Amino acid sequence: METLEQIRDRLLARFPGSAVALIVNLGPAAQHSLLVDGSHGRAVAEFLRDDPALRLEFCSNMSGVDWPAREVVETAVVAAPDPAGGPPRSVEQKVKRLVPGYLEAVYHLFSIELRHGPVVLRLRTANRTDQVTLPSLTPVWRSCEFQEREAFDLFGIIFEGHPDLRRILMWDEFKDHPMRKDYVEPDDYEWEPTPHGDVLAKARKHYPAGAGAPAAAQGEPRP
Amino acid sequence: MIGPDPFPLSSPPGPQVRPVHDPFHGDLLEVSMGPHHPSTHGVFRMMVTLDGETVVKLKPVFGYLHRNHEKIGENTSYLGSMPYTDRLDYLCSMTNNWAYALAVEKLAGQAVPERAEYLRVILAELTRLLNHTCLAGFLLQDCGASGTPLMYAFREREKILDLFESLSGSRMMCNYQRFGGCRVDPPAGWLEAARTVAGNYGQFLDEYEALLTGNEILMARTQGVGVLPGPLAVSAGVTGPMLRAAGVAYDLRKVDGYGVYPRFEFRVPLGAHGDTYDRYMVRVLEMRESIGILRQALRDIPGGPIMDPKARLRGFRAKPGEVYSRIEGPKGEIGFYLISEGGPNPYRYRVRPPSLINLTILEDLCLGQSIADTVVILGSIDIVLGEVDR
Amino acid sequence: MLGTGLLQGLAVTARNLLGSFHDPKRFVTTQYPEERTKLPEAYRNFPFLVSENAVDPMGTLRCVACQICEKECPPQCIYIEKSKDKKADANGKPQLYPAVFDIDLAVCMSCQICVEVCPFDAIKMDQVFELATAERFNGLVLNREALAKPNSYFQEIHPTEAAEVDGRLAADRKAAEDKARAAAAAKAAPKPPSALPPPPPAA
Repeated sequence: METLEQIRDRLLARFPGSAVALIVNLGPAAQHSLLVDGSHGRAVAEFLRDDPALRLEFCSNMSGVDWPAREVVETAVVAAPDPAGGPPRSVEQKVKRLVPGYLEAVYHLFSIELRHGPVVLRLRTANRTDQVTLPSLTPVWRSCEFQEREAFDLFGIIFEGHPDLRRILMWDEFKDHPMRKDYVEPDDYEWEPTPHGDVLAKARKHYPAGAGAPAAAQGEPRP
Repeated sequence: MIGPDPFPLSSPPGPQVRPVHDPFHGDLLEVSMGPHHPSTHGVFRMMVTLDGETVVKLKPVFGYLHRNHEKIGENTSYLGSMPYTDRLDYLCSMTNNWAYALAVEKLAGQAVPERAEYLRVILAELTRLLNHTCLAGFLLQDCGASGTPLMYAFREREKILDLFESLSGSRMMCNYQRFGGCRVDPPAGWLEAARTVAGNYGQFLDEYEALLTGNEILMARTQGVGVLPGPLAVSAGVTGPMLRAAGVAYDLRKVDGYGVYPRFEFRVPLGAHGDTYDRYMVRVLEMRESIGILRQALRDIPGGPIMDPKARLRGFRAKPGEVYSRIEGPKGEIGFYLISEGGPNPYRYRVRPPSLINLTILEDLCLGQSIADTVVILGSIDIVLGEVDR
Repeated sequence: MLGTGLLQGLAVTARNLLGSFHDPKRFVTTQYPEERTKLPEAYRNFPFLVSENAVDPMGTLRCVACQICEKECPPQCIYIEKSKDKKADANGKPQLYPAVFDIDLAVCMSCQICVEVCPFDAIKMDQVFELATAERFNGLVLNREALAKPNSYFQEIHPTEAAEVDGRLAADRKAAEDKARAAAAAKAAPKPPSALPPPPPAA
């Protein structure tokens, strides 16, 4: 199979407006990925599936990933004027930068016919709050149907063009998206007390003693 | 229950019958084959719309066993997630463990000694025997043979479960693979016992096939039922025996050649029609191939250490990076996608569940069939809800 | 002929049914609870704490309340509180001990990770499974007294593992004793003659 750089160059030649970029994977596994912008996602996917050299007709896995906003500290070398009046000196300055958060959909593609893979495709949303739409790749690979529904259910990514986008694992009236990093679980979902004091304290708040609440477990609850 | 019910259901589970008026076809019947159902292989619900007895629409509903295993994985260390992987596809815990251990080993660049690789192959093939035996028994149960073939299958399965118990301490929740090898060396006499079990399995399969394969009722109920064409299977991401029954030759043991599988000689059975009978026969033939692999592996297993000396049990950390690694589990391709940020817990822990993805085409297979066939088709897809819902 | 498959199947069923009356291979049911199958040695079900002897189980616990098992337990079912004072362990070294050690059986999944990570061989897997109680919340939380069992019990249920652990701990104890004896001998020995040269004669 051709290298990821060659695939990226071919994609950039075929779709001149798209911003296809190579994301390097740092670990020993060296599974690098291609980042594609949302507006060209469907076209790139169809190209990868139908191109005779690639024939990636098998989408093995589709996952959502949540990347909340992070603070990144970068060191920059700046020229600072010398207070004594001499020539300017170069000084290292630490700059804090806020990388905005986004949601990501990662597709792992293989070819059954040509026996190669994986080619990893990444699509990112603009942010985590209001612009969470991505094109659905279900019309390209049918296997994304349930997996995109799961990413919608657990992360909140809205897939445009999905034939039946509704919650799949949680019930339909559920609010919020459980796999997000800032998900706060409801206070009383685990009402059975265990020796862990924080669960016992929460249970006591919701089910005061006398309404049949269970007796405390042995030992002092942990603060 | 103490206090108000925090999770009121939107519609009560259980069989509900609601007539739906369709002016063109007359009245259609909507049946909820609800989560409590003896034939749905777990808490699985199908909203089936029927025209008489023919299925017009089928929507699967699941999530009743959803435990958010992926979130637990983010909050637990790498080692701590290993017992949770047992509970994904709870019939095949050894292969789940191996898939996760392989993913972490790829993420961290960890080597595995040869004896551990052979043991992993032996346990994976024993698990394949377990799972396909289970499926054969349950498929017959779904067809209505109430109990006898199932109990014969379980009688043989007990022998393999006894092997697992004497090796890892538990019949199903084995928690046996570790990053860099296996947890404990097989005790004295275990390999001999495994050879005996593998040697006698062929005889059991002969008797079981005499009972079933030529059976006219089984053939009438499963041949031509739920035909899955090859291109649709590939597009829908179907893997495992279901894909091979549709005629597509794709077995990860041959394609990826993970572990020491390239050292063993075995064939990959393919189906010609893609119907339920083919899915059943492919699994029976795979069982025979597994016995062959077991014989070779048990003959060739070397001595040596069971864990790589550089492997760490506690405080295991992987360098930042990500990996997607997959193995051929008995139900299909089970994969793990792990993203590490260098900490003790993974940043993202994703399981690629073969049962869930094989269910994508359930509606396509059942359209036009009768409702009794729906149960048989679902049985032949071989799902385990622990894996579908995680 | 139509039906031969069915007849063949019926023959198999008949062979199994009639065979179960005289062939032990075909009759596979154990009449529990009158009969019990022998459990393999490796079988595990819920942990227990090891004490050195049965005479003073609380005083001879191997556990030093390091809380490693508490941290590594995946479902977090262990709860430990360290003691305020120290007691001498089997090697004579003063160690902390657990004042409170609770395991919630309703949460424990018998995964054996606590046993694997314990550096002191203090917690091991038990084999008792007949643990049904009438009291749901208190009966299923085992405290220190209920969990402590003597080393003789451990040798009974897991003979090979106990032999290996005993051997290793005895070797460690012997090495510690040898070191202590060597240190004491070095301190008690008479001072060797000074290696310095005699002072030069006064000029």
